[in-house]
Amino acid sequence: MYRITAKEVLAPVTKLFKVYAPEVARKAKAGQFVIVRVDEKGERIPLTIADYDRESGELTIVFQEVGKTTKQLGKMNVGDELASLTGPLGRPTEIENYGTVICVGGGVGIAPIYPIARDLRAAGNTVISIIGARNKELLFWEEKMRSVSDELIVCTDDGSYARKALVTEPLKEVLESGRKIDIVWAIGPAIMMKFCSLTTKPFGVKTIVSLNSIMVDGTGMCGACRVEVGGKTRFVCVDGPEFDGHEVDWNLLLERQRIYLEQEKRALEKFEREHQQACPCEEVG
Amino acid sequence: MAKVAPRNEMPRQDPKVRARNFNEVALGYSHELAVAEANRCLQCKKPTCIDGCPVQVRIPEFILALREGDMWGAVTALKDKNNLPAICGRVCPQETQCEASCVLGKKFEPVAIGRLERYVADWEIAQGVRTPTVAPPNGKSVAVIGSGPAGLTCAGDLAKMGYKVTIFESLHAPGGVLIYGIPEFRLPKHIVATEVKYVQSLGVEIKLNTVVGKLYTVDELLANGYDAVFLGTGAGLPMFMNIPGENYNGVYSANEFLTRVNLMKAYLFPEYDTPIMIGRRVAVIGAGNVAMDAARCALRLGADEVHIIYRRTKAEAPARAEELANAEEEGIQFHYLTTPVEVLGTEKGWVRGIRLQKQQLGEPDASGRPRPVPIPGSEYDMEVDMVIMALGTRPNPMVFTDTPDLERTKHGTVVANEETGRTKKPRVWAGGDIVTGAATVISAMGAGKRAAADIDAYLQNPDQPWWVENTK
Ligand SMILES: Cc1cc2nc3c(=O)[nH]c(=O)nc-3n(C[C@H](O)[C@H](O)[C@H](O)COP(=O)(O)OP(=O)(O)OC[C@H]3O[C@@H](n4cnc5c(N)ncnc54)[C@H](O)[C@@H]3O)c2cc1C
Ligand SMILES: Cc1cc2nc3c(=O)[nH]c(=O)nc-3n(C[C@H](O)[C@H](O)[C@H](O)COP(=O)(O)OP(=O)(O)OC[C@H]3O[C@@H](n4cnc5c(N)ncnc54)[C@H](O)[C@@H]3O)c2cc1C
Ligand code: SF4
Ligand code: SF4
Ligand code: FES
Repeated sequence: MYRITAKEVLAPVTKLFKVYAPEVARKAKAGQFVIVRVDEKGERIPLTIADYDRESGELTIVFQEVGKTTKQLGKMNVGDELASLTGPLGRPTEIENYGTVICVGGGVGIAPIYPIARDLRAAGNTVISIIGARNKELLFWEEKMRSVSDELIVCTDDGSYARKALVTEPLKEVLESGRKIDIVWAIGPAIMMKFCSLTTKPFGVKTIVSLNSIMVDGTGMCGACRVEVGGKTRFVCVDGPEFDGHEVDWNLLLERQRIYLEQEKRALEKFEREHQQACPCEEVG
Repeated sequence: MAKVAPRNEMPRQDPKVRARNFNEVALGYSHELAVAEANRCLQCKKPTCIDGCPVQVRIPEFILALREGDMWGAVTALKDKNNLPAICGRVCPQETQCEASCVLGKKFEPVAIGRLERYVADWEIAQGVRTPTVAPPNGKSVAVIGSGPAGLTCAGDLAKMGYKVTIFESLHAPGGVLIYGIPEFRLPKHIVATEVKYVQSLGVEIKLNTVVGKLYTVDELLANGYDAVFLGTGAGLPMFMNIPGENYNGVYSANEFLTRVNLMKAYLFPEYDTPIMIGRRVAVIGAGNVAMDAARCALRLGADEVHIIYRRTKAEAPARAEELANAEEEGIQFHYLTTPVEVLGTEKGWVRGIRLQKQQLGEPDASGRPRPVPIPGSEYDMEVDMVIMALGTRPNPMVFTDTPDLERTKHGTVVANEETGRTKKPRVWAGGDIVTGAATVISAMGAGKRAAADIDAYLQNPDQPWWVENTK
């Protein structure tokens, strides 16, 4: 049903798939996500639509292998089919001509920031992009990001490539430089979005983040994804995923992401045990 | 009236054993028990039972056929009005419907109509699904949104009349609440699957993973070749209480808890991937079917104690009597006239307890039930590590995206004519929980049936006026 038509290894644990889903591709917009299931016993996991091609009917997803489901997904190949794919879910990014915008992508967050930067630029904005990863190996899409940005700043946490810095450092410098920045988008791990929001707050620059809470249905019927924004409970899947980073209760989000830590560990251990037995020859990592 | 034999009990799993497994609790009648129960029916000249059933099942007729050994005759009489008898026999609140108006019930216990219905339906399933007769295609097509009992019934009836029907379902499995809400031990999923297969065998196409409002809007469906649209998207939006601490880890909506357990089969984790928290001491807020199901699932997952917290008394509890009794037998503890005012948490953000307040009954409210009135100063804390909110649900607004002409009430339900299912928007019908708010399987089916009949009537004669006020 949902066939994988292309696979690219962007980094050892970061993979890109194109999936044939013409109806979803036809409707998809920057900022939205899909929910996929790998097989009949699989969990429903949300992944951002990193790109779409309305002509070929393909969606691009980029994911980082962090647990059982994403690792299992990473082992799939061109021609394999996902058990299900539902979308496009969530509200699209509000693309307007704001003036000058900064787009920050951290780690796997580089993928979802790409269509946003592209569409913001197409809408007439001056786009300053900052992308970063833990190390050189984990960085991807530098050229792709350059092609949709007026300026691009690249950094790695360990300095193994480009500038040695966390993304918050160049972000702060640009804000301090006195240039008028109208709005910031920051996408990446929750902790990175939290610190980007803390960085922009003193400058009073509105900062949009894309929250990655735990989800089940993605359509508003379970409440697993609830977060607090501006003191109110919101559902990430229908009210978001994008929210004002200055209003998000980050500690709650971070706590709620940990609910199933123990079970996730068990599931991963079981998967790796079984997988090792199944094909001992496969290289690790 | 002569002396009447007592009602025949249906064998059930022992409470101690069943409280730790997900197998079906009620085991169903044997043939002997079914015949014995069928023999209790007086075959009334004016059977009052039929009017108690929202779809008017021809009750005495199927019971007569059953006791005369004409099982196919029983099936035919039953299925004439009810497409999903194996489901209704298990989950209808019979004590307030058909059985409530059985004449025997005045002096004795009513005939166990639901159990007999289940017996006949299970017998049919054991014979294998028959190939039904379907009218030749009439060239018209209908989009049905949602694959719950309302959608399945509407789709099935239309397909039989020769319509080309497509069901659009947002989840990855069809069945609505029957598949994601009601647990295996009350309604085995293979029964739902059989009924879905039956609807498919009539030619209905089911498109899963398709969220109407996101992938298509209702207007797009109407513009893209569908002659009519039926909305059967239910009432799937969970409610919370808006009390402090509701977002701590360990507070679930019943919808999330039950979806993880039933649809995602978290009770089989890690064979199935979806995890669920196992509470040691669990508080479930509410006393409807949803609350009973959540409480009994929590018990089966391994909780030491499960507490139901309800602000009114047992007399007002909306759950089916049978499930309330089952829950009591299994050791669920009930706290009536009690309501939570706060969820207490640890520094790390996990539930550690719940603050409760005693209530007393006051004047009747809009629902006609006595209003619970808080008793000031009666607060006390209960130690729990998991809280499940089973407070009721509202329709999910997603299906209404970009359709301002679909008029809705302040409760979020869609305005529709009771008899026909017509909404204020031409060529759009609605039925089930999306119209009534959370109700019952059989009432949703009844609405699906009436809408199918009216869709047919309208499409054969589209020149009639669209909106006529309810005549009831
Ligand atoms: C709207 C949305 C869009 C997303 N887009 C992407 C994307 O484009 N690419 C991508 O790689 N990931 C994305 N995520 C996160 C992705 O869904 C999770 O990484 C995935 O569910 C993990 O599943 P798993 O079984 O492999 O790991 P698990 O075993 O479930 O988890 C492993 C580790 O990841 C953490 N984790 C679990 N769920 C999440 C989550 N939802 N967000 C963050 N951390 C989590 C756990 O705490 C644990 O430490 C998105 C999440 C949301 C809500
Ligand atoms: C836990 C629980 C226990 C219950 N127990 C009983 C019982 O014992 N007896 C009884 O009679 N009743 C019971 N009920 C109530 C009964 O299940 C409902 O009244 C009935 O299922 C309503 O049927 P429906 O077809 O209107 O909607 P639903 O069964 O809710 O089905 C709606 C379907 O539409 C889908 N949908 C929603 N939005 C969209 C969209 N935008 N696009 C596509 N698809 C969409 C949903 O995923 C769902 O599959 C219970 C309910 C619950 C939650
Ligand atoms: S459908 Fe429900 S209400 Fe009607 S006869 Fe059967 S059990 Fe009774
Ligand atoms: S009312 Fe009761 S006794 Fe009379 S026909 Fe109906 S089920 Fe039988
Ligand atoms: S994921 Fe279920 S409500 Fe958001």
